[in-house]
Amino acid sequence: MPIQCSSCAKHRAVLRRPKTGHSLCKSCFFWAFEEEIHQTIVSARLFNRGETVGIGASGGKDSTVLAHVLKVLNERYDYGLKLLLLSVDEGITGYRDDSLETVKRNQQQYDLPLTIVSYEELYGWTMDAIVKQVGMKNNCTFCGVFRRQALDRGAMMLNVDKICTGHNADDVAETVLMNMLRGDIARLRRCTAISTASDGEGAIPRCKPLKYAYEKEIVLYAYFKKLDYFSTECIYSPNAYRGHARTFLKDLEAVRPSAIMDIIHSGENLSVREGVKMPVQGTCSHCGYISSQALCKSCVLLEGLNRGLPKLGIGKRHQLHDKILARQALTKHEEKKLKAVDF
Amino acid sequence: MCQVDEEYDSLLEQKSLPAVSKKCMKCKEATAALLIRVGDAFCRVCFKEYFIHKFRAMLGKNRVIFPKEKVLLAVSGGPASSCMLAQVQEGLSRDAPKKLRFLPGVIYIDEAGVCGQTPEEREKAAVQLENIFRMTGFPYHIVPLEQIFTLPESVLESVCSREQVGSSYKAAVDQHIRTELIWAHEEPPLEESQDAVAQLSLQASTYKPEHTLALEELFSSLKTLTAKQDMLNTLRQHLILHTARIHGYSKVMMGDSCTRLAIKVLTNVSLGRGAALAADTAFSDSRYGDVVMLRPMREYSSKEIGFYNRLFEVQSVFIPGLDTKAANKASIQRLTESFVVKLQADFPSTVSTVYRTSEKLHTACPPQSSTTEPAPKCLLCLCALDTKITDDASAFRATLLSKKLSRGPLEEKKHSDAGCCQGKEQACRDGGCCSTSRVPAATDLKSLLCYSCRLTIKDLTAVDSLPPYITSEAEKRQRRAAMKKEIGEFLLEDDE
Ligand SMILES: [Zn+2]
Ligand SMILES: [Zn+2]
Ligand SMILES: [Zn+2]
Ligand SMILES: [Zn+2]
Repeated sequence: MPIQCSSCAKHRAVLRRPKTGHSLCKSCFFWAFEEEIHQTIVSARLFNRGETVGIGASGGKDSTVLAHVLKVLNERYDYGLKLLLLSVDEGITGYRDDSLETVKRNQQQYDLPLTIVSYEELYGWTMDAIVKQVGMKNNCTFCGVFRRQALDRGAMMLNVDKICTGHNADDVAETVLMNMLRGDIARLRRCTAISTASDGEGAIPRCKPLKYAYEKEIVLYAYFKKLDYFSTECIYSPNAYRGHARTFLKDLEAVRPSAIMDIIHSGENLSVREGVKMPVQGTCSHCGYISSQALCKSCVLLEGLNRGLPKLGIGKRHQLHDKILARQALTKHEEKKLKAVDF
Repeated sequence: MCQVDEEYDSLLEQKSLPAVSKKCMKCKEATAALLIRVGDAFCRVCFKEYFIHKFRAMLGKNRVIFPKEKVLLAVSGGPASSCMLAQVQEGLSRDAPKKLRFLPGVIYIDEAGVCGQTPEEREKAAVQLENIFRMTGFPYHIVPLEQIFTLPESVLESVCSREQVGSSYKAAVDQHIRTELIWAHEEPPLEESQDAVAQLSLQASTYKPEHTLALEELFSSLKTLTAKQDMLNTLRQHLILHTARIHGYSKVMMGDSCTRLAIKVLTNVSLGRGAALAADTAFSDSRYGDVVMLRPMREYSSKEIGFYNRLFEVQSVFIPGLDTKAANKASIQRLTESFVVKLQADFPSTVSTVYRTSEKLHTACPPQSSTTEPAPKCLLCLCALDTKITDDASAFRATLLSKKLSRGPLEEKKHSDAGCCQGKEQACRDGGCCSTSRVPAATDLKSLLCYSCRLTIKDLTAVDSLPPYITSEAEKRQRRAAMKKEIGEFLLEDDE
């Protein structure tokens, strides 16, 4: 016997919501999914009328669904936003060129302007070239730091007021677990924030409209809407530790589906004891980007690549920042420690 | 999407092969007998000294136990709490100036009624523990879990703390030293003989078969092992608290090791108990007001405890728990435990890192002022409620919205009318509702619970199987809330 939709009690249910367990018909699911994102946008006051909003588009499911839903909601609720797609070309053969094709198709389907900024033009290095120098182990560090800034720089070029990214509930919950496991108290406090304010120059406010959307529901939405997305994992992402956290989260979700939201709720209600030292945000004296150190992460990594000392930006080597700033040479001993040999 | 690990990799200490040095790192003479961590090799004598010192240092540093204060040691029979008992014995037996000065008692909560033991196994375990307890000479209380059916509702009230800890500590110590000089020539204080009486009466305390049945009914109406384990923890706390109160213990020591706490931190985060994380894992937890929970074993890893117990013949008793036979993925608690244990094997800094993270947190507690009523507390766990809906986006609000949007108008109605006669009775037609005078339905109970306890009660199919002290306290609170609602417009201060 077909199951009836629990919401409209008229149509036949086609899916069981991973988030609540309710059986819904297609149109009731679409409505609930979109309405929840709308409520998130409204209650968190993510946008203001007249703003230009850059959607970080990777061609993956999250950003594809984000672009689609934002376009729908902008029209349905007359947000008065100017939406555009912003992509980063990391220069990864066989991964990024394919996903960029998807983004280009999305651009046509959704009729949104698209801008692509590449690592090569911004930093003079492609990820392929970086991997050649640093090997497979720490390349995600480079990619992540560079992508963060690349999005900002692209957004600045386009006079974007806000950037939104496709981080979903699973990503946020996973990051809470990850930061607990690493004891990163500063990130633990920040990671559940739905938006980051623009603190000073150099960074454009960011937000996560899909913060409360389950990954599984994003896939269901894309599937039933027949959205076109690129679904291959980055070929350079081997981090084992995050893999453990991800598997753990999936297992938790299997035991109790609300676990994802429960973890976010926990994260939102944690508060840091007074007197625990927190890094102070300043700006990079090299490029002006926000940074808690004299040099931003991106500049240190780049300096390391250009000097042939890729380990320079990995781990905590703040004591070397002064030397880099002064354009001084490092000692033989320091150089030896930073070569890629033992990667 | 690609999740990036920024600068952490260097923080993670990968497992490296231990360099076993032949000599003890402390005395540099004796041959090392064990290796606690990479590079930390101890001989037997130095290990004992280090271990004992750590216990006293933990109590000394926190300065919360007053001389002659009655302290209840919660012993489950497991290695960590048995070791705690041994540490207290050790500390009291010494003549050193740093000798412990409190009056200990022991409590064991007999949970066999829900853990599927036969009456014979149950009897055997109790006898084994009793032998251990008797040898300490401390008064002890063996309390069957069935006693939750005789608890008074006052257990669920948080009492204002009698004394402010800290400022008066030194004065109390000075006073104690003075009185001790006098006592040295007199009869032992009266309290001890009272304890002897209490001990006798408690040993005789048994459980009624109908309470065992009621307990079974309660646990079988909890649909998931996650909820069962959570409920068991809550009920156990209530029993310990009650026992402490009726026997005048103002402190309770729990045997949580560092490893156990790291598991608890991740478990509680996964159960949505983030708001109470600090209280649930800190050295001292004063949520109950008059009885403070302490965790003096928090700096020891389970490995260290294992070494100590083996080397110095500390007895522990294996007692099967709710999840002993369960699969790794049977509950959130079980899953988290196996996750932490496995990760710790690959990354030996996991436990200590998670534990240190929790130390940097504190409970997000709304500021309290003397003019307003204390913030409402959860009926079950007695933590401040974390379920206030604000105008801002939150996971709690998003969850409620998801439910509302997926549930049709039909089910919506069914939910709001739960437990109500829908106007057939007089009380309903008069504007009130008949359901307020009955056992509260699950939906009603919810409003009195924190986020995480709501999840547990959601898995409970028969709310009326809860012990009477919980349901009657719930009714009391609901009546009060209804009363407040009625007079709301005349109250000048909104204290919620
Ligand atoms: Zn429907
Ligand atoms: Zn910079
Ligand atoms: Zn030694
Ligand atoms: Zn609670």
